[in-house]
Amino acid sequence: MTETYSAKDEVGQVRQRRSRWDRAWIELKKAPLTAWFGMIVILLYVFVAIFAPLIAPYGEAEVHPQPYAPWSSEFIFGTDQIGRDVFSRLIYGARNTIGIAFMTTILAFIIGGGLGLIAAINQGWLDQIISRAVDVLMAIPALIFALMLLSIFGSSVWSLVVIIALLDSTRVFRLTRAVSMNVVVMDYVEAARLRGEGLGWVMRREILPNILPPLVAEFGLRFCFVFLTIAALSFLGVGIQPPTADWGSMVRDNASLIQFAQYDLKAGLTPILPAAAIALLTIAVNFVVDWFLIKTSGLRDEV
Amino acid sequence: MSDLLLNMKNVVIDGFSDERWHEIIKGVDLTLKRGEVLGLIGESGAGKSTLGLAAMGFARPGCRLTSGEIWFDGVDLMKVSERERQALRGSRIAYVAQSAAAAFNPAHRLIDQTVEATVRHGLRPASEAEEDAKALYEAMDLPEPQTIGFRYPHQVSGGQLQRAMTAMAMSARPDLIIFDEPTTALDVTTQVNVLAAMKDAVERFDTAAIYITHDLAVVAQMADRIKVLRYGEEVEEAETRQMLADPKHPYTKSLWAVRSLQKPSEPAEETILSLENVTASYGTVPVLHDVTIRVPKGRTVAIVGESGSGKSTTARVITGLLPPMEGSVDFHGERLPDALKDRSKDQLQRIQMIYQMADTAMNPRQRVGEIIGRPLEFYRGLKGRAQQDEVARLLELIELDDSFADRLPGELSGGQKQRICIARALAADPELIICDEVTSALDQVVQEGILKLLLKLQAELGVSYIFITHDIATVEAIADEIVVMHQGRVVEQGRKEDIFSPPHPDYTQLLLSSVPTMDPDWLEGARQR
Repeated sequence: MTETYSAKDEVGQVRQRRSRWDRAWIELKKAPLTAWFGMIVILLYVFVAIFAPLIAPYGEAEVHPQPYAPWSSEFIFGTDQIGRDVFSRLIYGARNTIGIAFMTTILAFIIGGGLGLIAAINQGWLDQIISRAVDVLMAIPALIFALMLLSIFGSSVWSLVVIIALLDSTRVFRLTRAVSMNVVVMDYVEAARLRGEGLGWVMRREILPNILPPLVAEFGLRFCFVFLTIAALSFLGVGIQPPTADWGSMVRDNASLIQFAQYDLKAGLTPILPAAAIALLTIAVNFVVDWFLIKTSGLRDEV
Repeated sequence: MSDLLLNMKNVVIDGFSDERWHEIIKGVDLTLKRGEVLGLIGESGAGKSTLGLAAMGFARPGCRLTSGEIWFDGVDLMKVSERERQALRGSRIAYVAQSAAAAFNPAHRLIDQTVEATVRHGLRPASEAEEDAKALYEAMDLPEPQTIGFRYPHQVSGGQLQRAMTAMAMSARPDLIIFDEPTTALDVTTQVNVLAAMKDAVERFDTAAIYITHDLAVVAQMADRIKVLRYGEEVEEAETRQMLADPKHPYTKSLWAVRSLQKPSEPAEETILSLENVTASYGTVPVLHDVTIRVPKGRTVAIVGESGSGKSTTARVITGLLPPMEGSVDFHGERLPDALKDRSKDQLQRIQMIYQMADTAMNPRQRVGEIIGRPLEFYRGLKGRAQQDEVARLLELIELDDSFADRLPGELSGGQKQRICIARALAADPELIICDEVTSALDQVVQEGILKLLLKLQAELGVSYIFITHDIATVEAIADEIVVMHQGRVVEQGRKEDIFSPPHPDYTQLLLSSVPTMDPDWLEGARQR
């Protein structure tokens, strides 16, 4: 009976092949409301950030004669302590804060992810050196360390990006190394090495696709943290420097207005607006990340 | 009270996959008398374990008991509440899982886990149960029965753990024990002892048992009756002796046929690879001692031995993953560089490897076309159309068609995965393929297909194999020459016929005599020895 054996029939039904876009669309349709909400909010922010000069009624650093103007049709959210339009600065703030946070997170992932993969593959003295160096960096409280480094190197946008990226890359490194360790021991990685593949191929083609879900989830969370760090540093006065608009420093600049809430509720709300913008984006990103995590872990169950 | 302990009538069980419910068990009847052992055999996916668990009124997550009746000693487990079912489990029905290592909690001592169910169900006070556990350890032939229970699971061997698990199941003196492939993960030499101890215990306490396995020879030793399952349906059921002597259904016959695959060994002419006095160690732990092996061109050398004997380490030395401390690996009379990174692409290309677990040997995110295509591009520079054509040709060679090229490994069966791994090795156009336990994770019918394929490829392409295995039946099916290894040394090597015919060195004798045969009296004989 096994004379004409063909292994073709060993699996009954094979799921229908779908293109990448079809599958993505199917997943999207099944996404919960929170995820949809998150995605729409993120898209809105991105839209505002990209088209800031077209949307904003005034320039980023344009000074009007009246400081602390009340909310009006001319200045929707009033003006700040030196007479700049708060609404316009909120819009430009999206551009600066999100743009810098995004760049920083990408850089953190390139540094941390790359080193994490190399450490996981080599596992010898190189791993030891990188890991111990990371331990040392992580032992110092991040915000204080950042403050110190910024006061040494000055608060330019670039030093801000590089310093925060370096500090955050330690977390990315640890995650990447940990998840890669589970993949490195797989036979297919050994098979690739036996084939004579180089480090680059093993990293990119054999390991990376298999650790992508936790990394993407981490990217979302890391982005929020970086975002908050920048806002915090700006609030402390060493972050993004004026006149560049930034939500963190906007909270600080207008903080004193909160005392006027009992006389004019709207004036009291003004410093809350940039804070709310930060909070909304953070929540939106987390909704999307949560959904992504559930989806990928669910996929793993299915296989 | 009838002497019918378990009576399952027309049981239907559904499983949830691909977003809908499928029938996994399609209306099976099963009866078991007190003190009787029923063997349940079939390939994986046949529904053996699902049916076994259903006898406890239990369905795995993702499964549900849909309809039918499960009468256990006058109680219909389908109807009673979960609380009542739980009262039965562990006290009157016990379960012995395939992997004892995974089933024991590593944080607790063996004895605490052995008596846990008994004490929790309030059957006996803890002190009495512990004394009884020691008696059970003795009955299970465990060393130092008085004290072994105070060890942690990682402090005993796999075979001992499996026996401790049987003792755990026995602790409450259940009426029924369900053994789910309890010896599949063990070495043959260990398996005999565990089987003997289990059979002893079941007989001594007059316990009924359902013994689930895919190994016919094992079930022949254990069971009074055998039921064959396929695709969730009963194929055939009969008394063990009758079933062995005269299987009725063609499917049952085909199961029997696998064991009889035999290949006459052919004389060797030219040596393609040789290990000369290789000594190797992991760190400071020596694993190979003065190993010399010769592999003839176009033939198959089987390396046999139990786990820890150095079989896989030998493969790692040959591939260069573990550079030897002393000795050399010669290929076509030329010495290969010790370390993988010093070998040329050409040297790498000529020796390929196939792994035991096809699941982990293929990147789950790459499609079959990429998996096979990469060595084509890497070694032979084939791209685009030429690569696709070659992939199609290779797929045909391994008895699949080119529609498989854009599937992911997760969409293939175990046998198909292993075929893809074979195709990947062939894509490099090698002269020698190292097969590390390539069939041991597969069902018998699928194993036969893979072995026949390997033989066919050898005949067509003249490729040599090093076949690492612990399964003597596989050796008989495929090998020309045999190397027996034990504790990192070569015990014996030579032509298959010479090795299999006496006189044997002690270890070879033990290894050969530990392999269960289809004779139901074999275990009896082995226990005498």
